[in-house]
Amino acid sequence: MSLFPPIEHKRSGWQLFLMTVIGRSYPRVVGMQRERSWMFFDVFLPLLSVAAYVFVYRAIGAPEDYVGFVVVGGAMTAFWMNVLWSMSSQLYWEKEQGNLALYIISPAPMMAILLGMAVGGLFATLLRAIAIIAVGSLIFEVTYAVSSFWQLIAVFSLSMIALYGLGMMTASIFLLLSREAWHLANLAMEPVYLVSGMYFPVKNMGFWAAAAASVIPLTLGLDAMRQLVFASGPSLGFLSVETEIIVLILLSVVFVTAARFLLAYIERLAVREGRLTENRR
Amino acid sequence: MRKSVNLRSFLTASWLGWQIESNWTDPFLFATYSIIKPVAGAAILVLMYSIVTQGNFASPVFAYLYLGNAFYQYVPAVLTGVSWTIIDDREHYRTLKYIYTAPVNIPFYLFGRAVAKFIVGTFSVVITIAAGVLFLNVPLDWSRVDWPLFLIALFLGILMLALGGLILAGITLMTARHSYYIGDVVAGGLFLFTGAIFPLEVLPAWLRPVGYLLPITYWLELIRRSLVGAVAEAFPTFTSLSNADLLIILLISSLVFGVASIFIFRYCDHQARERGLIDQTTNY
Repeated sequence: MSLFPPIEHKRSGWQLFLMTVIGRSYPRVVGMQRERSWMFFDVFLPLLSVAAYVFVYRAIGAPEDYVGFVVVGGAMTAFWMNVLWSMSSQLYWEKEQGNLALYIISPAPMMAILLGMAVGGLFATLLRAIAIIAVGSLIFEVTYAVSSFWQLIAVFSLSMIALYGLGMMTASIFLLLSREAWHLANLAMEPVYLVSGMYFPVKNMGFWAAAAASVIPLTLGLDAMRQLVFASGPSLGFLSVETEIIVLILLSVVFVTAARFLLAYIERLAVREGRLTENRR
Repeated sequence: MRKSVNLRSFLTASWLGWQIESNWTDPFLFATYSIIKPVAGAAILVLMYSIVTQGNFASPVFAYLYLGNAFYQYVPAVLTGVSWTIIDDREHYRTLKYIYTAPVNIPFYLFGRAVAKFIVGTFSVVITIAAGVLFLNVPLDWSRVDWPLFLIALFLGILMLALGGLILAGITLMTARHSYYIGDVVAGGLFLFTGAIFPLEVLPAWLRPVGYLLPITYWLELIRRSLVGAVAEAFPTFTSLSNADLLIILLISSLVFGVASIFIFRYCDHQARERGLIDQTTNY
């Protein structure tokens, strides 16, 4: 007699995709409830780090809007960290743990698994971003002058789609990597904070440097958001908000589509070369 | 000496740590990797400063924040070096239980594993300072550096940071693997209070005592005084204290920190054994 009841209703298509997303995001959300130390390390301490940059601006007598730039930039770093550590390099970790092979042999689509990671991770990330915005704005008396609420929502949503699309794309590349994955993810922190203008207007890097940095969705997303929520934002913006929205739409389409194809291609390649279960330590 | 468990644990772990840290790629890529990260970190501050002050790099404020930021790179490097070893060995390599059963002194083993990150951190500090002196007019005159003070302060500071890492290692023994380096996050948080990139006077009065309680604050002040005394004197935070006073404070606070770290680590270690957490894996 079988231990398990027979499966009466097998899900497929979009239902399987959706259930996979829920299934992969579930342990993340529940894990965070069980291990609450992340609240201190992932929400409170990064808030202090953002405050340090605020006080640098205060120490050198920067205009008050720059304080707001740091608060918004600090909140957005949370999303980059999430993409980097909880999506891209997570697949490497899953490979090391032996879970990756289980993902591959299951009927669940890898895109859905990655999306599940993103959705689950977003829970903590949103909390961290909201905490930085709320507490930072309150403590440092940041004043906002939102010029278009709808454009703001559009910019944020598009930035997230493009960013997580990029995360899925890089995750597929990380499928092929071994120990270097961890180091490469580590390398993509400060340099990305620098080129995407997390703590200063990206326009100050010069046109071509800012244009090159626009490949990272955070660059234009952050620039557009600052233009939309701060009085001095438009004068310090890199491109017009409308142009940045169009570029973000293009980036979203390119990254999500590329992620889909790249994931399928690299998965095939990794299977062929036997690298899905390799453990070079 | 060769029979000393502590020394053997330390030396073997140092060699192991260096292999783990460096042999994932070729030396050229490793050197590039070691340069890009610190230079980018320093460049963020340089750009922030330059945008607001129109590139007034001659101001003592710039030298203050640049040198503070350069040496602060030791803080995440050493804190992470010691504490991340727990996650690395427990969940990545799954060897922590074997290390616990081997004739190894765990705190010395953890210190040893941090040596590689300390070496890479030193490389980063040197690169950052060299870039500052060569391209940004950081007023560092090698002939006027107080080398004895610098070396004593550096040694005490690294020791104090390693002990701080031990506290985090203890906490890590009892917590899950999160998606970040606990040492980096704690160092990021302490960045605010230690006067690394701005004088403590910039902080609200109610926050300053936190900075005065942290040994890192005195360590950074001593490092600045030994390298560029004139810059350090331009800020009023510790003008009433002589170098000897600061050294004594650093020594005493490091001692207190050290004793506390040993007790905290022992407590966490005991708790982790009691709860069966030494070989746990957390993968959510």
